[in-house]
Amino acid sequence: MTATTSPSLFLRNARLLGRMVDVAVADGRIASVTDSGAGCTPAGTDAGSGAAPAGAESIDAKGMVLFPALIDAHTHMREPGQEYKEDIASGLAAAAHGGFGAVLCMANTKPVNDDASITRDMIDTARRHWPHGPRLHPIGAATVGLKGTELAPLAELAEAGCVAFSNDGAPVPDTEMFRRCVEYAADQGKVVIDHCEDPYLAKGAHMNEGETSGRIGVKGQPDIGEALHVARDILLADYLKLPIHLAHISCRRSVELIAWAKQRGVPVTAETCPHYLLLTDKELLGYDTKAKVNPPLRTDDDVAALREAVQSGVIDILATDHAPHAAHEKETPLDEAPNGITGLDTAVALTWGLVREGVLTEADLIRLWATEPGRIFGLPVNGFNVGDPADFFLLDPEEKWVPSRGTMHSKSLNTPFLGKELVGRVKALWLGGVKVV
Amino acid sequence: MQHAQRPTWPHKDLLDVTQLTRAELFHLLDTAAQFHDINRRPVKKVPTLKGKSVVLFFAEPSTRTKTSFDVAGKRLSADTFSLAKSGSSLSKGESLKDTALTLQAMTPDIIVIRHSSSGAAQFLAERLDCSVVNAGDGWHAHPTQALLDCYSLRQVWGDTFEGRTLLILGDIAHSRVARSNVHLLSSLGVKVRLCAPRTLLPAGVHNWPVTIFNRLDDAVQGVDAVMCLRLQLERQQAGLLPDLREYAQRFCLSPRHLAMAAPGARVLHPGPMNRGLEISSVLADAPESLILDQVAAGVATRMAILFLLATRTGIEQTADNGGRA
Repeated sequence: MTATTSPSLFLRNARLLGRMVDVAVADGRIASVTDSGAGCTPAGTDAGSGAAPAGAESIDAKGMVLFPALIDAHTHMREPGQEYKEDIASGLAAAAHGGFGAVLCMANTKPVNDDASITRDMIDTARRHWPHGPRLHPIGAATVGLKGTELAPLAELAEAGCVAFSNDGAPVPDTEMFRRCVEYAADQGKVVIDHCEDPYLAKGAHMNEGETSGRIGVKGQPDIGEALHVARDILLADYLKLPIHLAHISCRRSVELIAWAKQRGVPVTAETCPHYLLLTDKELLGYDTKAKVNPPLRTDDDVAALREAVQSGVIDILATDHAPHAAHEKETPLDEAPNGITGLDTAVALTWGLVREGVLTEADLIRLWATEPGRIFGLPVNGFNVGDPADFFLLDPEEKWVPSRGTMHSKSLNTPFLGKELVGRVKALWLGGVKVV
Repeated sequence: MQHAQRPTWPHKDLLDVTQLTRAELFHLLDTAAQFHDINRRPVKKVPTLKGKSVVLFFAEPSTRTKTSFDVAGKRLSADTFSLAKSGSSLSKGESLKDTALTLQAMTPDIIVIRHSSSGAAQFLAERLDCSVVNAGDGWHAHPTQALLDCYSLRQVWGDTFEGRTLLILGDIAHSRVARSNVHLLSSLGVKVRLCAPRTLLPAGVHNWPVTIFNRLDDAVQGVDAVMCLRLQLERQQAGLLPDLREYAQRFCLSPRHLAMAAPGARVLHPGPMNRGLEISSVLADAPESLILDQVAAGVATRMAILFLLATRTGIEQTADNGGRA
């Protein structure tokens, strides 16, 4: 930004972390943030006037909450290969209407994103459909074909635009191979994201193993199946002194291990998803395939542990694990249905519900959905400092809405929150100062 | 004879025993008793469900349950049609939903389904207008088996279920029969014991209304009945058992064990049996065995279920037996 640039946008009376502020934007960046009524003070304007700078679009955001655009570090866009579930255009539509300025998308496309040409094509497709964002950041496969036996060309993938590497959905059981993934990714300045799951304890399972699975006669996977691999990754990260990011953590045992690791200074980071903070395996009592997800929904005790962990920072970030599936794929008996819940459309409303409940604060939301994902994956974040990217959205904190075909933008509707009233709705999103929705 | 009454039957489907009230259960058992008499006549057929059609949709192998429903339907003069997975579009990759909707378009009155997926019967019931009977879904429920077991025990015990002790022996984890029987019989006041190696017990079983044993000699002490469960031989390949011989030595019910039970104790088995593995051959054929009585009870009980669902009314009962529960 130059000192003589004129603001293009002036947002008045927005609530930002409890303050009422006016925000001026110039050249796609934050030009000023001032208390409402104090007037804007961008360079080249009259300080203290309280009015929009000449030529700037003025928007009254009274009653709205202002957030930096969020980063979803874990999505499945399904393109290439399974566009009937989702494609990059529809996935980014869901992201934009959900308040996200950037999404990371996993490599389990068809073909698998283990080749730089696929990475480039995904990025090009995103730019073509959404030239102003949200930005698509592919995650490259850690191993060729996600088979866990041969390193993918991580350097080439990184040069093509992959921001991280993962075998998500097909965890690498071979610890030696996983170690080499972590080391080689580190040479590219990238982190490996691990879906922690013991393949033997999880074999044939369709839900959490516990009282509910025993009652309804469904094979479950125990939480130690996740925790065993969390422990493996912690010890490996400690030994290598290299970062590993632990995806969609779902249970107390994992949280306790991560807390121990962080106390020792082990460079692991971790995410969980809104559904693990809100739902338990009792959702499956009626065999609701929309609640079938991997890792599975756990117990009340796990929910309590995860809530504490996101408050305390033991869990670093939130992510949706947005996993779209077509209606006919989920309209089957439970053991035939694929795992996955869509999340981009509902993430903000669900976590805003946790703020309303007093579990999280607005500052927690910004930390969990923007600042920390940006830090872990090296992406820019709007901190509302002069010069920061003008990526932000307005949330109507009181608007009630019901997730449905008419209100959601993902191609798929496989969420257990379908038809349930939520409170809090994204009303507008700007990226680089450009209004996207 | 008091005033006859014809109560309504409130359920469209029979998916699990948990949906039945105590009064409904006894009404169903009383109805089965009346149909049992028909099965003992020289001419074992009544026109009660003439013009009704029953589809037997068995997507998993079955001999006795499928035959039992077939006989039950035919003795009530219903038209029964069989469909197996191997002969259906399911084997061509058609979804369960589409297969079911296709069947429904042929307007049956009742679909009896067996399926390897827990919840499959409920899945169909939520989507079909006709009645659905769960003839076994995955590891979840086998309500008609539990009802016929209850009927068989009632023939021996009368209505004094309260305070009786039943031992269910064998692979509890993978048994829909065990789950349905635990619920049904414990709700009648039966003290239910389970005996199995830990690898064959389901998660969360310690919260069930049962007492758990892993030694048969302890479990069988003083019980009024033992229900043996079939051991699926692939459990050994799945790593749940070291050796079938070792299992048989420790968990096969023998006359020696029955001697430790209460006087007059009976033996049940839902079949098919592995003689010498979960039940000794001599015991299977012994006078204490109710195994063939269970088969006969199965036809009567399933006649009652088809009748109640197809008519949605109860059979005429006297005020005495209709209000038994």
